[in-house]
Amino acid sequence: MTHATINWISESVLRASTHRPFRVNETALVGHQQLLGEVIRIKGDEVIIQVYEDTTGLRPGDPVSGTGSELSVHLGPGLLGNIFDGLLRPLASQGVHVEPGAGRQPSAKTYPFKPSVVVGTRLTSGTVFGTVHRPDALAQHCLVPPDCEGEVVEISPAGEYTEDHPICTLRRPTGETCAIAMAHYWPVRQPRPIAEHLPTEGPLFTGQRILDSIFPLACGGRAAMPGGFGTGKTVLQETLAKWCDADVIVYVGCGERGNEMAGVLHEFPALEDTRRGRPLMERTVIIANTSNMPVAAREASIYTAVTVAEYFRDQGMRVALMADSTSRWAEALREISGRLGELPSEAGYPAYLSSRQADFYERAAHVRTLNGEVGSLSIIGAVSPPSADFSEPVTTHTKRYVRCFWALDATRAQARFYPAIHPLLSYSEDADVLNTFWKEHGNPSWPAQRRRFLTLLEKQARLERMARIVGKDALPPSQQQVLLSAELINEAFLRQSAFSAKDRFCSAERQIQMMNIISQFIDLSEAAIEQPVSVEAINQLPIMRRLRRMGEDIAEDEMKKFDQLRNDMLSEFTQLTRSAATNAS
Amino acid sequence: MLADTYALGAATGVEGPLLFLKRTVNVGLNEAVEIEETEGPSRLGYVAALDHDVITVEVMDSTRGMSLADTRVRFHGERLQFSVGPDILGRVFDGVGRVIDGGPPVSATETFNIDGLAINPAMRASPTDFIETGISTIDIMNSLVRGQKLPIFSGSGLPHDELAIQIARQSRLRGSDVGEFAIVFAAIGVPFDTAERFRHAMESSGALEHTALFLNLASDSSTQRLLTPRYALTAAEYLAFVEGRHVLVIMTDMTNYCEALREVAASHGVVPSRKGFPGYMYSDLATIYERAGSIKGVPGSLTQLPILTMPSDDITHPIPDLTGYITEGQIVLDRILDRADIYPPVKVLPSLSRLMKDGTGENFTHPDHPALANQLYAAYARAVHVRVLASVVGREGLAGIDQLFLDFGDNFEQQLVHQKSARTLEQSMEAGWELLRVLPVSELTRLDDEQIKQYISAKPE
Ligand SMILES: Nc1ncnc2c1ncn2[C@@H]1O[C@H](COP(=O)(O)OP(=O)(O)O)[C@@H](O)[C@H]1O
Ligand SMILES: [Mg+2]
Repeated sequence: MTHATINWISESVLRASTHRPFRVNETALVGHQQLLGEVIRIKGDEVIIQVYEDTTGLRPGDPVSGTGSELSVHLGPGLLGNIFDGLLRPLASQGVHVEPGAGRQPSAKTYPFKPSVVVGTRLTSGTVFGTVHRPDALAQHCLVPPDCEGEVVEISPAGEYTEDHPICTLRRPTGETCAIAMAHYWPVRQPRPIAEHLPTEGPLFTGQRILDSIFPLACGGRAAMPGGFGTGKTVLQETLAKWCDADVIVYVGCGERGNEMAGVLHEFPALEDTRRGRPLMERTVIIANTSNMPVAAREASIYTAVTVAEYFRDQGMRVALMADSTSRWAEALREISGRLGELPSEAGYPAYLSSRQADFYERAAHVRTLNGEVGSLSIIGAVSPPSADFSEPVTTHTKRYVRCFWALDATRAQARFYPAIHPLLSYSEDADVLNTFWKEHGNPSWPAQRRRFLTLLEKQARLERMARIVGKDALPPSQQQVLLSAELINEAFLRQSAFSAKDRFCSAERQIQMMNIISQFIDLSEAAIEQPVSVEAINQLPIMRRLRRMGEDIAEDEMKKFDQLRNDMLSEFTQLTRSAATNAS
Repeated sequence: MLADTYALGAATGVEGPLLFLKRTVNVGLNEAVEIEETEGPSRLGYVAALDHDVITVEVMDSTRGMSLADTRVRFHGERLQFSVGPDILGRVFDGVGRVIDGGPPVSATETFNIDGLAINPAMRASPTDFIETGISTIDIMNSLVRGQKLPIFSGSGLPHDELAIQIARQSRLRGSDVGEFAIVFAAIGVPFDTAERFRHAMESSGALEHTALFLNLASDSSTQRLLTPRYALTAAEYLAFVEGRHVLVIMTDMTNYCEALREVAASHGVVPSRKGFPGYMYSDLATIYERAGSIKGVPGSLTQLPILTMPSDDITHPIPDLTGYITEGQIVLDRILDRADIYPPVKVLPSLSRLMKDGTGENFTHPDHPALANQLYAAYARAVHVRVLASVVGREGLAGIDQLFLDFGDNFEQQLVHQKSARTLEQSMEAGWELLRVLPVSELTRLDDEQIKQYISAKPE
């Protein structure tokens, strides 16, 4: 340990003098309460430290000690199903209030360990030496920590051990030994190593029609959802956390509401994972640095979360990280930078904002792990642009680093049209690689249908502008038919309430059914107006209401009802065109 | 030895709200300071920065007329504290917690740091208790629940005070167990008559003995405005989480609070973010708004109803914008509705209650409540859209169905938004169904067939 004494302090930044070698990014313990801090700069005999907790009462002369290691988090089998603060300290074991100076206490909780190696096995870092299967969580691997490798000279038998109990000893080629436990530490600002990057294949399936069918995200991909307040970022993040087909969800509430975290904690244990039939909470890790918690720890919370996510990826799992909201993280960077007196760039943000964002999104990937398995980490970041202005720095930089951009629109949200993703402002660069997914699920015409839907929505926007001047009735029937089709795509397909028990999740099969029926409707109505049948008459068909409500009316286990719906649609159209023909003759 | 808690004649300079002292005492960061002068009340402040030689004090008051020679500074050795007890109810305090109603000092049973402590998110209880306010646009479309923070976004001259008073007076819990309630009112830089009107309303409804008032009036120091909500919330937290009451905190006007924050930040030379407001305004406001909530295993709750006037009625201004990003929704008041004599002039489209989904529907209010709200929203949004069309092509240029929506919009404002007296939830809901009955069933896509049958097709006699 190296020591220093405080010279100057204001808010969460302090300067301390020392003759000892401190290192940048080294963790420091500050004052008599041993508050957690991090060295952010060194100038001669002076170190500048950012403190992650309330600094009240600190004063010149107070001691600071360096721990010698970078800001690190404790990664082990106890993470799943629990909630932590931005520095990965468990919140469940704290009191009513978050008190400063609450260090991580070694937990006495034990986990069932099963070795997967024998004495003599050669292990390199990142490989698996055993498994843990808690009754209340997924089976997890125990990984050899990154700085360790060698031959197994001792391995504990299957049994219950605490996370930090040494259960395996390796002898390095140099002869020295290292003892490893189920849990290990990893510095948060350093990406965990992988064997190689793999090309993306297949989606992170979300069960949300507007995402999977229109703006899909590849597994291991990067998406951002910008939107003003109340447009549905948090609900969408939570919806993805609930229904997407990842093995593990890391949900970080970064500078957001305490009640939302409480809501997740309340709701997830009661919801069932659609694939496993187990409570959703068992696959979830929550990291909460709410808006009223210290700002410096908010900056760290994003790194903490992505490190935890990488830890599960390294066990060969599909991991999804939801970050709500990355803007609060950027603002924390700005606040700290301001306190350091750095030269501000755009909107007061430091000039390195963009490269920090790039580093963060870069940690999303589809990889081969050091253990030779396939793992992935998909990152979905919410962005909260001031005044919902997408030209601000955080949104514009984010746009450069993500492949899916799900723009949330206030007008849609105000009409309670959810998810309020604007189909013309959003995009997905992953769509092309996902053709095979839809083909395998039985819809080879997905690319064409998707293109058609998007084209109709684009035409709708143009025609509505025109209708505003000349009146809707003045448009020719073919254009009115476009408006009706686009309206149906919106109402029947894009709208999907997160709170509807039947519709909150939509399987690939159901998405295909709905997409097909709507495509068929577009064909039928295009043909009908040639008869000619008025668009008004089509809109008055009883089937219209049923089509608009099919998402909410037809549940996953009622697929047959789609056949009924299709048949009824066909016969109503036949009748309509027949009577048009009779009238004409 | 640096141990004295007084410093006399140690001041070396004053710059804006900052007072510089020679470091003759051993104090810690953020600790409270009282600057005593020969005459007048003392000024409050806190230790904002420290080095070996200098203590920088941020004075939470005007520094006008302050002299260096005879300032005597008392150090509290801890953050600003507020001593509270059961008899704070029925009392009037100034913006920094000093009794100003001429009565005896409160007999304190507990002392709290006015900044509070962040509630551990894992210990929060999810708010689900529906509060009936008697206002249809709130009750059916933007329901308030206990422990929520739901601000009123208003404009100068709009009837936000009436609305807040009405909510404070009419609010009730449906069904059983009402529990002990209390109201905390924080006036932040508002004129005396606003505060007086509130006091009077509470008095005439007999609720004054359940109310504590904190008054930082327009004529009071603007920097003290940064403390007023914190004293008020400390009292509210005591009432809620120590005494177990259900506390409603009304804070008006948060715009004045933010202006004060900007003023102080500017004098520190903080690099301004939008419109001159400091970049940390989001975090600062969060330390106020996040003090709403309820806690697992603790009987009381703290509900916040902050009021702010949007500068130039602009909802994208940083004050409403950052507030909206922190609070659990917003009730937006509208000048056009107000001019049309619609009271309360609630502009429903941009209004929102994020906790509505947790406190309405089956087991909470009425099973069909959420669907009704959604349908009303969808229909009214369409009506507003049609209005824009009608403004160009005229009513005659609209399709028949669009004309129906145009009428729906007007009726919605006249019959549902506008109300002369409080309505029960049932009355509000019936008014909502009634409005929807004029629209064709094919357009009511947010209602299922069962709801159509029950409320729309089968018209009650
Ligand atoms: N997909 C959705 N389905 C149903 N309601 C939604 C959906 N998304 C948002 N909402 C509604 O909008 C409100 C605000 O959404 P939220 O996600 O909290 O917004 P943001 O995080 O963008 O501020 C929610 O409380 C909910 O009532
Ligand atoms: Mg949100």
